[in-house]
Amino acid sequence: MLLRLEPRGEHSRLWTYASPLLALALTVVTAAIIFSVLGKDPLQSLYVYLISPLTSTTGLPELFVKAAPLILIGVGLSLGFRANVWNIGAEGQYTLGAIFAAGLALSYPDAPAILLMPAMMVLGILGGMAWAAIPAYLRTRWNANEILTSLMLTYVAQLLLIYLVTGPWRDPEGYGFPQTALFSSNATPPMLVEGTRVHLGVLAAFLVAIIGWIVLTRSVIGFQLRVLGQAPRAARFAGFSQSRLIWLSLMVGGGLAGLAGMFEVAGPVGQLTPSISPGYGFTAIIVAFLGRLHPIGVIFGGLILALSYLGGEAAQIDLRMPNAVTGIFQGILLFFLLACDVLILYRLRGPKPAAAGGA
Amino acid sequence: MDQVIIVSFVLSVMTASTPLLLAATGELVTEKSGVLNLGVEGMMLVGAIVGFATTVHTGSSLLGVLAALLAGMAMSLIFAILTLTFLANQVATGLALTIFGTGLSALVGASYVGTAVEALPRVLFGQDALVYLALVTLFVVAWFLRRSHRGLVLRAIGDSHDAAHAIGYPVILIRYLATLFGGAMCGLAGAYMSLAYATSWAENMTAGRGWIAVALVVFATWRPIWLLVGAYLFGGIMYGSLAIQAAGAINLFGYPLVVPSQLVSALPYLATIVVLVVISRDRARIRLNAPACLGRPFHAAG
Amino acid sequence: MTGQAETTKATGTTVPLLSLTGIVKQFPGCLANDRVDLTVLPGEIHALLGENGAGKSTLVKIIYGVLKPDAGEIRWQGEPIVVQNPNHARRLGIGMVFQHFSLFETLTVAENIALGLTDAADRKGLRTRIAEISRSYGLHLDPDKAVHDLSVGERQRIEIVRCLLQKPKLLIMDEPTSVLTPQEVERLFETLRRLAKEGCAILYISHKLEEIRALCERATIMRLGKVVAHCDPRQETAKRLAEMMIGTALKAASHQARGEANGGPRLEVKTLNLKSEQQFGTDLKNVSLAVKGGEILGIGGIAGNGQAELMAALSGEMLAASPNAIVIDGTHAGKLGPRERRALGGCFVPEERNGHGAVSGMSLSENAFLSGHIRRALARNGLIDSGKTAGFADDVIKSFDVRTTGPSAEARSLSGGNLQKFLVGREVKQSPSVLVVSQPTWGVDAGAAAAIHQALMDLADSGTAVVVISQDLDEIFALADRIAVIAEGKLSQAIPIGEASVEQIGLLMGGMHGTSGGRDVASA
Repeated sequence: MLLRLEPRGEHSRLWTYASPLLALALTVVTAAIIFSVLGKDPLQSLYVYLISPLTSTTGLPELFVKAAPLILIGVGLSLGFRANVWNIGAEGQYTLGAIFAAGLALSYPDAPAILLMPAMMVLGILGGMAWAAIPAYLRTRWNANEILTSLMLTYVAQLLLIYLVTGPWRDPEGYGFPQTALFSSNATPPMLVEGTRVHLGVLAAFLVAIIGWIVLTRSVIGFQLRVLGQAPRAARFAGFSQSRLIWLSLMVGGGLAGLAGMFEVAGPVGQLTPSISPGYGFTAIIVAFLGRLHPIGVIFGGLILALSYLGGEAAQIDLRMPNAVTGIFQGILLFFLLACDVLILYRLRGPKPAAAGGA
Repeated sequence: MDQVIIVSFVLSVMTASTPLLLAATGELVTEKSGVLNLGVEGMMLVGAIVGFATTVHTGSSLLGVLAALLAGMAMSLIFAILTLTFLANQVATGLALTIFGTGLSALVGASYVGTAVEALPRVLFGQDALVYLALVTLFVVAWFLRRSHRGLVLRAIGDSHDAAHAIGYPVILIRYLATLFGGAMCGLAGAYMSLAYATSWAENMTAGRGWIAVALVVFATWRPIWLLVGAYLFGGIMYGSLAIQAAGAINLFGYPLVVPSQLVSALPYLATIVVLVVISRDRARIRLNAPACLGRPFHAAG
Repeated sequence: MTGQAETTKATGTTVPLLSLTGIVKQFPGCLANDRVDLTVLPGEIHALLGENGAGKSTLVKIIYGVLKPDAGEIRWQGEPIVVQNPNHARRLGIGMVFQHFSLFETLTVAENIALGLTDAADRKGLRTRIAEISRSYGLHLDPDKAVHDLSVGERQRIEIVRCLLQKPKLLIMDEPTSVLTPQEVERLFETLRRLAKEGCAILYISHKLEEIRALCERATIMRLGKVVAHCDPRQETAKRLAEMMIGTALKAASHQARGEANGGPRLEVKTLNLKSEQQFGTDLKNVSLAVKGGEILGIGGIAGNGQAELMAALSGEMLAASPNAIVIDGTHAGKLGPRERRALGGCFVPEERNGHGAVSGMSLSENAFLSGHIRRALARNGLIDSGKTAGFADDVIKSFDVRTTGPSAEARSLSGGNLQKFLVGREVKQSPSVLVVSQPTWGVDAGAAAAIHQALMDLADSGTAVVVISQDLDEIFALADRIAVIAEGKLSQAIPIGEASVEQIGLLMGGMHGTSGGRDVASA
C-alpha cells in the first residue's frame, strides 16, 4: 500500500476544523469537473452557483432565510448525533410542526398576532415532538432502531400532508390546487428587516444555536449526551439514564424541526402545500456534520448549504441545470467531509521507511 | 376464490416483492461481514436510472441490467472506500450515499421522464428472469453462509474482526467484497424497478423500498430464509395497497368503505414499523443473531 | 548479557528451530521491541518472561506474522525468512494460543477449529481428527457446542486442539494461565510437557515466576522492549527472577497491622440474586457479603464467573430486586442508581478502563467530572464548574503521580498504568465510605501497581470498607484481610487470609462449594 494510516493517539484540534475546509475545497473542485463534463464553462458555472446568489440586494437576506430552518434542525440533530441517537426523520417532524401550526392558523385566522404567533410556535414544537416521540418510545420501550422508524414516519408525514391539502384542508377558492388558503397576516411571523423576507425564525435560529452551544459544552445534560455517545457503558457507570437521554435527544430534535416547519409555512411559504420543504430535514444532517456537531459550527454549515440551495436555483435559471445537481453536491460534500475526518484521529504516512527513527 | 385470481395474486405479489428480495439479500451479506450500509435506497435509485438509460440507448434490456449491476457496485465502492479504508462512520456514510444517489439519479433521469421501455422478457409463468434470479441468489446465499467455508469466514469476520485478523484472514478485503456484492444486488433491485415493475423512470421511484429492505434484514434476524418470508409479506402489503387504491374502496361485508388513498399508501411504511417493533423487542434474539461487529470500524495496527 | 554463551552450552551443535536477531518494532510513542534476540531449540520449553508492557506480546505477534518488524532477521530452522501472515506461520509449523482467545462466540467448536485451518485439505474429516486429538491428549471437546456455552478452560482447549491439528514444530502460548484455576494449570502443564517430549518446542510467555520455574528449561527476560537476561529458571529463585524482570528492587506495599476492624459493616450484601443482562453473562445466585470499615475483602475467581455482574450490582449499574439486598452505611441501596449510591459514599473502579471507567476521547477533567461531580459538587445549577473540575483533576494527577501533560490531556493519551492510577485516584480522592475496585492492576506496570496497592491500603486504614475483585490471587493475598471466591455466580464464605491455602482457593475457584460439582476441576 502506498499510504497508511497511523493513529495519532489524540484528537487533532487542527484537523477538526481544517477537515471541513478541505472537504469544501475538494467539493468545489469536483463541482468544476462535473460542470465541464456537463458541457458548461466551469468557472462561469461556479460563479453562478457560489457568487451570483449573493450579489443581488436580496441575496444575503435570502441566504439567512434559507439557512434558518437548516440551523434550527441542525442544532437539534447535533445534540442527538452526539449521543449516538440517529434521528434521520427530521423531515417528517418538520412536516408535522408545519401541519400543527397551520391547523391553528387556519382555525383562528383573526386571533390577535400577539397570541396567535406564540401559540403557533408552541404547536409547531409540539407537532415535531409528537412525531419524534414515536421513535423515542419505540426505541426505549421496544428496542426498535430509531433510524428506520423515524425515516418511515417521514414518508407517512408526507402522505398525511398530501391528504390534508388535497382533502379536508384544501382551499375551496384555490382552483383545485392542492394547497390550503393563505394564512392571515396575524399568522405571519414579523419581519426583522424591512423589505426582505428575514423573519423572526432567523433570529430564533441564532438564539437556538447559542443556547445549544451552552447546553452542549457547559451543562451537565450536554456532558451526559456526549458521554452516552462516546462510551455508553461509561454513561451507565456514571448513572446517566440512557432512556432519558434518548427521549431528550429526540424531543429536542423533533421540537426544533417542528419549529422550523412552523416558521417556514408561516413565513416564506405562507400556506400549506405538498412542497413545503426542499429536503431541509435531510440537508440538516449534512449541516450538522459540516458544523462538527457543534451548534456554532452548525450556523456556518447552515449558511453554506443554504448557499447550495440558492446556487441550485440560480443554476436552474442561468445555466438551465436541473435542480438535482444540488443534491449531488450536498452528497459529495458529505463524502469528502467523512473521508477528511479520518485525519482527526489518524495521520497519513507514506510507505514505511526501512529504518524507523529512534524513540 | 377463482383459481385464476389466486394465480394472478401470487404472481403480482412476486413482482412486488422481487426488488425487496434482491436488495435485502445483498444487504444481508454486507451486514453479515460486519458492515452496515444504509445507502441501499441511493444505490437502488442509481441502479434504476442507469439500467433504464442503458436500455433506452442500446435497446438491450440485458445490457441495461448489467449496467445497473455495475452502477450499484460503483456506488457501494464509494461507501467501501470511505468506511473501510478511511474509517468513516458507517451510518453517516450510508446516509450520504442515499442523498448522493437520490440527487445523481434525478440529474441523470431528468431527460428520461416520460420515456417508456419494453418490460423485461418473460421466461416462465409470465415472470421475467430477475424474479427467478432473486430466488436463486437467495438460496445460494443461504447455502453459502451456512455450508461453505468462505461463508463461515464471512460470518466469522462479522462476529469478531479482531479474532479473524489474528488468525490471518484479510478482514478489509472480505468486507470490500461483501459490500460490493450488496451494491450489485441493490443495482439489480433498481433495474427491476425501472425495467420490469414500472417500465419507466420517475424521480425517487423506489419510494423507500431501500429502507424497507434494510428493515427486512432486521426482520429476518439475519437469516436468509426468513428474508423470503419478509419480502413476500411486504410484497403482499404493497400489492394490497395498490389494489385497494385501484378499487377506490374496501368491500366491508358488502358496504364499500372509502379509505383515503394516502392512508393506504402509508401501509407499507407503518407495517415496517410494526414489524421492526415485533422483532426488536426480543433483545436477546437480536443480540444473538446480529453480527457482533456490525457498524464497527476496523483498523489493523502495524 | 551472557546469553550467547549459555545457549551454546545448552545446545551443543543443534540448529535452532527459531532464531531472531535485532528485531525492532516501533509504535507511535513507544518502541515496543528494541533489537531483540531470541533463540528457541527444538523440543524445549522456553520462557519469555517480562512485565506487562515489556514487549513480549509484540514479539510473538511478529513471530506469528500478525505484525511486521521494522528491522531485524528471523531464521526458521536456519533459513532466513519473512513471515508474511499467520497463514504462512502455520504452514511453517508455528501454532499460537492467544492471551485473549481468538475465538468466535456464536460459532461452534468445529467451526472455530475449521477457521484456524486455512488449507482445505486440513479440513477433510475434521470431526474425527478433533475426536482423535481430544482423546489422545485428554482435551475433551464437544464439536457441536457453541463457544459461548463453554468455560474458559474449554475455550483454551479449542485453541490448543486447533494448533495440534496442524502438527506444529513450535507452539506459542501467550499468558495461558491467567484464566485458569491452579488445578487446570497443572493439567495444562502436563499436556505441554508431553508435547515437548514429542519434539514440539514451546515458547511460553508469562509474568508468573513460579509457573516458569515449574515448567521451563530456559528463559529469556525482557524489560521495556529489550532483552535483559537469559537464564535457566530452574536454577534461579523467584526473587532473583523478579529482580531481573523489574530491574529495581521494589518497595513492597506496607500492610499495616490493622487488627480487628471495629463497628458494624459499612457494606452489606444479603442473598442477592440477579439475572445477567449480558448475552453470555453469569447470573448471581444468593450472594452475601459484609465488609467493615478499615477492612479489605478480596474476591477471587476465574474470569467470567459473575465478577462483572457483581461489580454492576454493587455500583448500581444493575439494580437489585429488593432495596435491602445491598446496604451502604446502613441505607438500603439495592434499588438506588449509581448517582444515589455515590451520594451515600459508594465509589467504584470498574475493570475496563477505556469506555467504562473512562471516556477515552475526553479530557482528564471531563473524566474527573464523570464520577466525581456528585461527591465533589462540581456542578452548579446544571452547569459544569470547569475551574473546580480542573482543580479536582489536577489534585488527582499530583497526588497519584499520573504522568500526563495536565487536566486537559485526553484519557486515550495516557498509558494503561497512568490511566489506572488516575481512575483509582479519582475515587480515592472522594473519601468514600465504601470502595469497590475490579482488577485494580490488570495490565499495569509494577511501579503503578505498587502505588495503587499502597493507596488502597491507606484508604482502608482511614476507615473505608474496600472490596477488591481480582483474578490475580497473588494480589489478593498481598492486599486483603479476608478472601471469598466467586464461581458460577455464587460467592463462597469469606476466609481470613491467614487461614486460606492456595489449594483450598483453587478448589473454590473451580466451583467446589459443596453445592455443585465444577465441570473443570481436576480430580487431583
